Amino acid sequence: MTMPVIFERSVPGRIASAPPAPDVPEAPMETIVGEEHLRETPPALPEVSELDLVRHYTRLSHRNYSVDAGFYPLGSCTMKYNPKVNEDAAGLAGFARLHPNTPAPLAQGALELLWRLEQMLCEISGMDRVTFQPAAGAHGEMTALMMIRAYLEDRGERRTRVIVPDSAHGTNPASAAMCGFEVTTVRSDARGNIDHAALRRAADGSVAALMLTNPNTLGLFEEGVCEVAEIVHNCGALMYLDGANFNAMLGITRPGDQGFDAMHINVHKTFGTPHGGGGPGAGPVAVKRLLEPYMPAPTVEREGDRFLLDGDRPKSIGRVRAFNGNFGIFVRAYAYLLAYGPLLRQVSEAAVLNANYLLALLRPHFDLPYDRRCMHEFVLSGRRQKEQYGIRTLEMAKRLLDYGFHAPTVYFPLSVSEAIMIEPTETESRQTLDEFADAMIRVAGECATDPETVRNAPHSTVVTRLDEVAASRKLNLRWAAGGRRGS
Amino acid sequence: MKPASGWHPHRYLPHTGAEIEKMLRVAGVASLEDLFAEIPADIRMKRPLELSPALPEGELLAHLQRLADKNAHADRMISFLGAGAYDHEIPSVVWRLAGRAEFVTAYTPYQAEVMQGELQAAYEYQTMLCELTGMEVANASMYDGASALGEAAVMARDLTGRNRVLTSSAVHPHYREVLRTYTRHQGIEVVEVPHRDGVTPVGEIRAAAGPETAAVIVQSPNVFGCIEQSSALAQAAHEAGALLIAAVAEPISMGLLRPPGDYGADIVAGEGQPLGNHLNYGGPYLGMFAARREFVRRMPGRLVGMTTDRDGRRGFVLTIQTREQHIRREKATSNICTNEALNALAAAVYMAALGPTGIRRVAEVNARRAHYAMERLTALPGISRAFAAPVFNEFVVRTPLPPEQLNARLGERGFLGGLALGAWYPELPDGWLVCVTEARTRGQIDAFVEAVKETIAR
Repeated sequence: MTMPVIFERSVPGRIASAPPAPDVPEAPMETIVGEEHLRETPPALPEVSELDLVRHYTRLSHRNYSVDAGFYPLGSCTMKYNPKVNEDAAGLAGFARLHPNTPAPLAQGALELLWRLEQMLCEISGMDRVTFQPAAGAHGEMTALMMIRAYLEDRGERRTRVIVPDSAHGTNPASAAMCGFEVTTVRSDARGNIDHAALRRAADGSVAALMLTNPNTLGLFEEGVCEVAEIVHNCGALMYLDGANFNAMLGITRPGDQGFDAMHINVHKTFGTPHGGGGPGAGPVAVKRLLEPYMPAPTVEREGDRFLLDGDRPKSIGRVRAFNGNFGIFVRAYAYLLAYGPLLRQVSEAAVLNANYLLALLRPHFDLPYDRRCMHEFVLSGRRQKEQYGIRTLEMAKRLLDYGFHAPTVYFPLSVSEAIMIEPTETESRQTLDEFADAMIRVAGECATDPETVRNAPHSTVVTRLDEVAASRKLNLRWAAGGRRGS
Repeated sequence: MKPASGWHPHRYLPHTGAEIEKMLRVAGVASLEDLFAEIPADIRMKRPLELSPALPEGELLAHLQRLADKNAHADRMISFLGAGAYDHEIPSVVWRLAGRAEFVTAYTPYQAEVMQGELQAAYEYQTMLCELTGMEVANASMYDGASALGEAAVMARDLTGRNRVLTSSAVHPHYREVLRTYTRHQGIEVVEVPHRDGVTPVGEIRAAAGPETAAVIVQSPNVFGCIEQSSALAQAAHEAGALLIAAVAEPISMGLLRPPGDYGADIVAGEGQPLGNHLNYGGPYLGMFAARREFVRRMPGRLVGMTTDRDGRRGFVLTIQTREQHIRREKATSNICTNEALNALAAAVYMAALGPTGIRRVAEVNARRAHYAMERLTALPGISRAFAAPVFNEFVVRTPLPPEQLNARLGERGFLGGLALGAWYPELPDGWLVCVTEARTRGQIDAFVEAVKETIAR
């Protein structure tokens, strides 16, 4: 059944809110703001009652896959359980209703929270300082590269290149480009590590930084990370960690001890803050002392028993966002860390255990491009199914939806053909992993026995396979007033 | 050593010691420690993390409540603070719906067939934002208003092939700072045109705009709350072949005032927090981004489009993703990956709750109460309006006491006073930016005016 858009529910004259009466003298609007500034036609927003509104969005929510409803094996996206108490914490009036321009003496609790969180993040990452401004991981990448660039320029060096491994997230090269760097891609070796010989050839005085993901996007730990850091530092460049996979090493090993100078932390991936259908997130950047002067202003500082925002930072790269970062997300992250304390190490132990367990169940049924012990995620290849039965990985992914599972990440990393990237996370139980493995194995079997069913999947969802080509050729990005299909 | 020795059951982790042993066996690993054997020994932690011991839920919440109680939030203080973040009433229905776990705990809708709720909600949000701004296309959200403005400047450069943007100094200072950060390494020069009497001087914009100018950036109502001569500024930009970027910090204003699409804006970059989102001490907020139709393939951020499934049923998908970083990598329109989908959803529910008449009414109440407060304050001895231009729900007055001192004294009486402008505009050391929304009653305004009166008389 087609679900109406809210504009089709609209009946002129209905309203779902009761704005207050002005209760002050009612001069004509023309005299208050000036006739020439008044809006001529009202926006064609929906006109619905409160119950219409509640039913509409409740029904939409039923058409959504979420962590609370099921397993999300979405590799590299790290979709773990989002603890409920964190929502209560972030909803406290003292946080949710706090204005960002509140003078520091009246916002001591919020500043103390950020200060304490910074101490915790430094301990976990092995870094010295943290900026809370970046609103997302990719925003953090950009911020960190700007700090690195400012640091180098302060030393009189104008370096133009950033090295990015071929398996890196697409945000890495895009962020480098936004900071005015050329991107040099370096390939992986046969074990899935960055190729040291290729890195040595690429690393010269024009390189500003290496952006490395560790564990990398194949789910493998960079075995030679210390040598990589040495090569990079020897040419005068800095080491940047894409913290997307930080969930694998909490309390096990610290990026600061591996030779990294800066990293971003994807708060939703690492500390289980909810991701709201694609955001909000937060991308705090942790740095070694040498980058501290360049942090976005303001920073959170402690003086005795008072906390303050320090905006007097002459070497700062400037703001990357208005106000104090996605504070509400940091309340959740702080609550998450308080719930674990030193037991945080178990998060990574369980995440890596779950991935290795699931890999053991699946390895007889799929190709495994790099046969090593995986960290918190692993990459399979659907090459066998494609070659033998002509079934593409995307089709298998869609078939999994029929079994009630979200699909894994597919076609990433780009360096693996027909890639299937699976990340169970630590909060999934053995039973869930067994059920998911069963579904994967059944789909692999169906490629031989019932390929048409796989090819035309999904069958049980509220819509069948959607025409993405038509969507991009004949763009329809908005509903037009009057009920016509718009453009 | 038993593999699961030292394992502590935890409420967020399902594993038992016995299960861990079984799973290790299946994985062919001897112990939890051995799972990490590929990490070189010299970079393995040899001590536990120095974090305070794990807290049970009750103690955790009590600790956070104690921190929250140290803050002068808008339920404890009567707030007249705005300047880029606004204390509006949020109908209960907004977060009862946007806060549903099916929305809150979902990820980016990469598997469209099981994410139709998210996708349809985003499509509807895009539509509502177009309606509110008077623009033709809108994306599914960005980080916040300031960073959206940075992206807009880069987009304008790409569209025009020109390398200079002009911005009024009456654009929110944070927005201008972020603009400079975003453009610094992209070969874009930012030129500021000083405001005159709280508004952007059209003649000086016309004089400054030239063949190098990619865009003119104007915010209306601007950081002083003043309504700009936006049409004339758009015309000045267009005469030079430049685009007009409209920055919006208070979207409620568009319920009453001419929206950017009506005065000739080419790109709108704004802050959507006032549309049903909490103050949150600055975030998460909602970057709004809208533009003219022909610019759509140059737009940053995620777009949701309508299409059909194999059975001809209507459905929604992420579309023209070829602009994005996961396909175009360093040639993408921006590095944006995460957006603020949940905040956009809340904004959509809010806009749908108000409808066209509701948003007009809310905007009118903002304007009326702000004007009432302005008249009463400026009737006090020593307080006068700083600027003559018309205002919406914020205004600047000059105070006989330094505004910081005034605020401190008002704070003792339970009021969160206006913003002391001197830190942002040294030429306005006595400038006090006061904000009045529909959430302030006449009684509160009267009490505030009384408190100001007694404070300055002291």
